[in-house]
Amino acid sequence: MLLIACPHCGKRPETEFRCGGQAHIARPADPSTVDDGAWSEHLFVRANPKGVHAERWCHVHGCGRWFNARRDTVSDRFIETYPMGAKPTQSTQSETRA
Amino acid sequence: MAQPFRLSRGGRIDRSRPIVFAFNGKPVHGYAGDTVASALLANGIHLVGRSFKYHRPRGILSHGPDEPSALLSVDRGPGRIDPNNRASVVEARSGLRTTSQNHWPSLEFDVGAVNDLLSPVFVAGFYYKTFMWPRKFWDKVYEPFIRAAAGLGKAPTVADPDRYANRHAHCDVLVVGAGPAGLAAALAAARTGKRVILADEGAEPGGSLLHDTTSQIDGRPAADWLAETLAELDGRENVILLPRTTAFGYYNHNHVAMTERVTDHLASAAGQAPRERLWQVRAEQVVLAGGAHERPLVFADNDRPGILLAESVRVFLNRYGVAPGRRLVFATCGASAYQAALDARAAGLDVTLVDLRLEADCGPELAQLRSAGAEVLTGHTVVGSKGRKRVTGLIVAPVGSDGRCGGRRLLACDCVGMSGGWTPAVHLFSQSRGKLRYDDAIDAFVPNISAQAERSAGAARGTYDLAACVNEGFAAGAAAAGSDERQEVRATPTLTGFQPVRIMPTDANPTKVRAFVDYQNDVTAKDIKLAVREGFQSIEHVKRYTTTGMATDQGKTSNMNALGIVAGQLDKALPAVGTTTFRPPYTPVTFGALVGPARHALFDPIRTTPIHEWAEAHGALFENVALWRRAWYFPKAGEDLHAAVARECKAVREGVGIFDASTLGKIEIVGRDAAEFMNRLYINPWTKLAPGRCRYGLMLKEDGYILDDGVVARVSDECFHVTTTTGGAARVLAHMEDYLQTEWPELEVFLTSTTEQWAVIALQGPKARDVIAPLVDGIDLSPEAFPHMAMRSGTICGVPTRLFRVSFTGELGFEINVPSDHARAVWEAVFAAGRAHGITPYGTETMHVLRAEKGYIIVGQETDGTVTPDDVGMAGMIPKAKGDFVGKRSLARPDVVASGRKQLVGLMTDDPKLVLDEGAQIVADTAQPIPMRMLGHVTSSYWSANCGRSIALALVEGGRERVGGHLHVTTPDGFTRVTVCEPVFFDTKGERINA
Repeated sequence: MLLIACPHCGKRPETEFRCGGQAHIARPADPSTVDDGAWSEHLFVRANPKGVHAERWCHVHGCGRWFNARRDTVSDRFIETYPMGAKPTQSTQSETRA
Repeated sequence: MAQPFRLSRGGRIDRSRPIVFAFNGKPVHGYAGDTVASALLANGIHLVGRSFKYHRPRGILSHGPDEPSALLSVDRGPGRIDPNNRASVVEARSGLRTTSQNHWPSLEFDVGAVNDLLSPVFVAGFYYKTFMWPRKFWDKVYEPFIRAAAGLGKAPTVADPDRYANRHAHCDVLVVGAGPAGLAAALAAARTGKRVILADEGAEPGGSLLHDTTSQIDGRPAADWLAETLAELDGRENVILLPRTTAFGYYNHNHVAMTERVTDHLASAAGQAPRERLWQVRAEQVVLAGGAHERPLVFADNDRPGILLAESVRVFLNRYGVAPGRRLVFATCGASAYQAALDARAAGLDVTLVDLRLEADCGPELAQLRSAGAEVLTGHTVVGSKGRKRVTGLIVAPVGSDGRCGGRRLLACDCVGMSGGWTPAVHLFSQSRGKLRYDDAIDAFVPNISAQAERSAGAARGTYDLAACVNEGFAAGAAAAGSDERQEVRATPTLTGFQPVRIMPTDANPTKVRAFVDYQNDVTAKDIKLAVREGFQSIEHVKRYTTTGMATDQGKTSNMNALGIVAGQLDKALPAVGTTTFRPPYTPVTFGALVGPARHALFDPIRTTPIHEWAEAHGALFENVALWRRAWYFPKAGEDLHAAVARECKAVREGVGIFDASTLGKIEIVGRDAAEFMNRLYINPWTKLAPGRCRYGLMLKEDGYILDDGVVARVSDECFHVTTTTGGAARVLAHMEDYLQTEWPELEVFLTSTTEQWAVIALQGPKARDVIAPLVDGIDLSPEAFPHMAMRSGTICGVPTRLFRVSFTGELGFEINVPSDHARAVWEAVFAAGRAHGITPYGTETMHVLRAEKGYIIVGQETDGTVTPDDVGMAGMIPKAKGDFVGKRSLARPDVVASGRKQLVGLMTDDPKLVLDEGAQIVADTAQPIPMRMLGHVTSSYWSANCGRSIALALVEGGRERVGGHLHVTTPDGFTRVTVCEPVFFDTKGERINA
């Protein structure tokens, strides 16, 4: 069971959280200007790296706040967690391990 | 004479406390401290079971939890029988009833042994090649036969009466294994003051020290070092000692799960104590010191009762004071078996040792054993054994440097101790996702790169010398506790080292040799070679095809031998073939331990409304909706569901019905930007909705599909009272919070769940207004002042209320929202006031029928996450001028605007009495070939007393264009014809709701 450091509550067990998938995907400001292909990408296509992944978590059985995390999908090590709206210390666009 | 094989002295059993238990109905005598295995051997009982596939007679192979063959059913009393217990793990005590498994009619004479004669048929993977044809034999012939033959023990048939506890613990250092390395690690960590948990699967901590009667540590007997170390650990406040506790799973971030066996070994369970306790430990650091497993030798008929692992012979002698035989032959390819042989000589037993290694390759152990009076044959192999229900002899032969065998010789014996080398127990390390490496020098996979904050020590990482184990353990424990304290003990050197052999050289025809690799699943070396010949190259495939390593012992005694044979066949180095994945649990875990207290009433939380007891008292039957108990229907004497619902439905439309709608989700949405937020989350416009008005809100996901629906009331400019479906309440709130926190944090909006704060008393029917009029204060109930889809605040029976005029039945209706604490009293007052009007309580079944008569959808019934507003005829709710909202862009997706989408329609059966099945498939032409083109399915179907016929709603391709036409719906016997109609069956103009 993962041990996750909520930025507000500290380290808590995985069962208190819900994972919200890939982080830093902004909803387009004006969806009506986005073509079908790009909209489909926005809805359905997500990164699946073997390596560090930026994702969203919600502390549902705690403070109820959403936050971001960078986690290595191979070792499950959390590199960092940081508040919603903040930036990671290192950009992650599909950092893949060899 | 009882216990003819008990040695007169020695062992750690308590000879002052004799015990007696039953094996196959016969009494077995032993002492406190025995396991069932050691007591059976003390009584000369070796035949204890029949093997899985071939029903070969089997005995005890090991002293420990890696035992593959001696599996017994253990009966601890009524309701406490469970199968497949390893005899070497069950602690013997008076009152136990044990029985052997997998034989009929008896252990001694088993008809199943015919399988052994048919072994050429039952090769690896035979079930992929048999039982296939003819197909119709499968149900009636093959499956029953296989079911009867499958499995080993018999499952219990009575509910488990025991209690199982669950504990979470945190510590600085968790040490797994209390042998010399683990004890030293715990000592080192404990002395720093850090919190230590030391767990060992044995009844007594000590590991190999419990059967080491000859070694010295720092000038005193190993047993003394053990006692002193335990005394120090026991005396420290910061140490938790857990014997009888197996760490079975190593999970993420140093989360280790263990089961502690609390009461099985006690003759009478101590009062309230649980049978087992599950420990979930979160440790800062872990030290793995779980030891190593000995390997059997692979030779023909290496599975006879009386053939044990060499170290196990030593354990039975030294720890339990039991001689597994009087004439012992040890067969080995390494040095450790010599220690067992020496200890057997010291106990006065007749000993011969056969070593595959040449004289020149042996160490000091050779001279030691010879001078103890044992015959030692070096450069010899084992080619077979004799004795059907008990070994009577071992067949050996010299092996020349060319690998050819010389003349055979039969060594008479009644017990064999074999040793094929040692395998470090790397299960927990591997579960922690650490990477192994192959150590050529000791022919073993050892921990290499850690993935978690852990380290291994002792035999678990391939260190077999006693002093080295203690010192390594100490260093590991100190490092885990953040100290560089070191300790250097000196101890008697341990006899270590072996020359690995996969299959013992033999002169026999290899296709006739049945040499067992996996004892529990009856897999031979021949089977593994066959798998490779048939093309399986990956060790994962070979494992699954042959089932080697897949039994409850998870290959503890077989994996390395199997791997070696595969590597040999493929002519590859061992590390190139690799190991299979180690998965928890390390040894079997009871369901009880995992379930803990979550049984019966505690399995799932039950949510009830404030009206629940009233409904119970008035005869309601209940159904589950999500975690809620909801009143389903209120049968009068002699009524079944059908009759009760028919009566309730008519009563609502003809008079008035009262219904508990408290389970509906409610969210109070407050703030300066509340209306803007509502606009973005729902398809509807909210800005111009006046305070005191209601609107039916439809919420989509970003992909355009319906997520939830509910009536929303505007309380004030900055406050909305939102309702959701019962099952969707939490989901909708989470959906809203997600957008508020992650997309639009600039909006000033606050969301509060009020589901449990407001109880909802629904009053539906033409007399509804008449019933509540005398009870309500501060609200003008006249139709002009209080139109349909409005909300007013006031009081009812003196209690504050938000009174909604809304209807899910199509009749005049009110939903009385009152604070939950007052709900029961208000309900009873309304019910009393309603008596004069024939008020009828109704449940969820009637609620479903009435809304279906009006064609009102239920999210999750008419929708399934792939249904759009237009599909259910609600596209008109979206104003053309409305700006962006969640899901809007997706409504323009090609797939969503395509023609032929499934649309909501009504169905009327030709036979009005026939009620369609919900979920039934719909086709246009019943004569088409199978597979038929299915156009949709029935989403809701009921008998309607108000319509005098059956009604149904369905989603059908191009449904709206098919209105007036005919389709066919599946029934259990075939098809039935229906007419497609608009999805409304009663009061089609909708006039009654505006009464």
